[in-house]
Amino acid sequence: MAKKLLDILSERFGSSIVLSTHDQCGDETAVLDAAHWREVATFLRDDPRCKMNMLVDLCGVDHIWDSQRLEVVAHLNSLELGHRLRIKARVGDEDCEGAVIDSLVPVWVGANWFERETFDMFGIRFEGHPDLRRILLYEEFEGHPLRKDYPAAKTQPLVPYREGPDVLGKLPPFGPDEGMVFGRKHLDYMKEED
Amino acid sequence: MGELTKPTSSRVIQAGESGFATTKFNELLAWARKYSLFQYPFVTACCAMEFMATASPRYDVARFGAEAPRFTPRQSDVLWVVGTISQRQAPILKRVYEQMTEPKWVIAFGTCASCGGFYDNYATLAGIDKVVPVDVYIPGCPPRPEAVLDGLLLLQDKIASMDTTPGVVKPRHDPAQNLVNLRRKTEDSAG
Repeated sequence: MAKKLLDILSERFGSSIVLSTHDQCGDETAVLDAAHWREVATFLRDDPRCKMNMLVDLCGVDHIWDSQRLEVVAHLNSLELGHRLRIKARVGDEDCEGAVIDSLVPVWVGANWFERETFDMFGIRFEGHPDLRRILLYEEFEGHPLRKDYPAAKTQPLVPYREGPDVLGKLPPFGPDEGMVFGRKHLDYMKEED
Repeated sequence: MGELTKPTSSRVIQAGESGFATTKFNELLAWARKYSLFQYPFVTACCAMEFMATASPRYDVARFGAEAPRFTPRQSDVLWVVGTISQRQAPILKRVYEQMTEPKWVIAFGTCASCGGFYDNYATLAGIDKVVPVDVYIPGCPPRPEAVLDGLLLLQDKIASMDTTPGVVKPRHDPAQNLVNLRRKTEDSAG
């Protein structure tokens, strides 16, 4: 059923907007041009053959090895017609500069918090979002932690840490001598670059 | 570093044949304090289930005089930090601790509160002792109610003996040791 959706999209918008489509195990995906993100989303919501009345999820992906690094992914569902579709668009260059895309809040109100989270974690800006600020982390946080170049062990404490002999390290069963090496401190890639 | 190896044993009031009991004022005060701990539960995560189990009738924390929760830090003696504390919550925890009146004690309930557990990332505070001083650590993911009661008794012992060094409740049976023993056994039998 959703295969037909991909055909409808390609037919309506052409290969300059719907860059490619693929499907696997019944999961259909359309890769879109970021400049027409909201236009395609509005079409998917309003067209009587699509009727995508539910935005299931919206998130970001960091492809650190690519020239267009960041990607926005949205999962759509039609409660009425019972089909699903995933749409994706690449934004930003290899340094995440210019990672801007149209907000989907005017199309689906539920996009509000998803877009705030994506902004929080990846630093993708959503044009036309009514209240784009961090949702999970705090205002003082610098950087975007789910980008692959954010050091995995880097913390940004809000209160200065106490020091002294009564501040313990990892306790069992999470210590290195317990036969279960949960800590990642021994791995080189965990060390913060200066 | 104290570990609970034997049950609480301090007796402060020694009754003589004369019908009088003598003690020191501080010891009497500590004895009174250790059996009337008003708790402030700072409960954030899944350890809350074991906390509820400990508080409810089967394990019955009321037997130790620590059953009354106070939902303002200004009326409480012991701060139970139950669950993962995120970096964003750390200032709130510190403020709650600062609002408690002396004397005050802190129990880190579960591995996350004690050391961050398996969380080792941008969001999580790796152990509340980086923000507030801790008296008793109860590791475990989550700790069994027995371990929690061990921790409470350890705290009572510390209060009675006016000992301020932090103590770690040692698991009576460490599951990780099982794995180590099993591996050694397999390696031995494999030759």
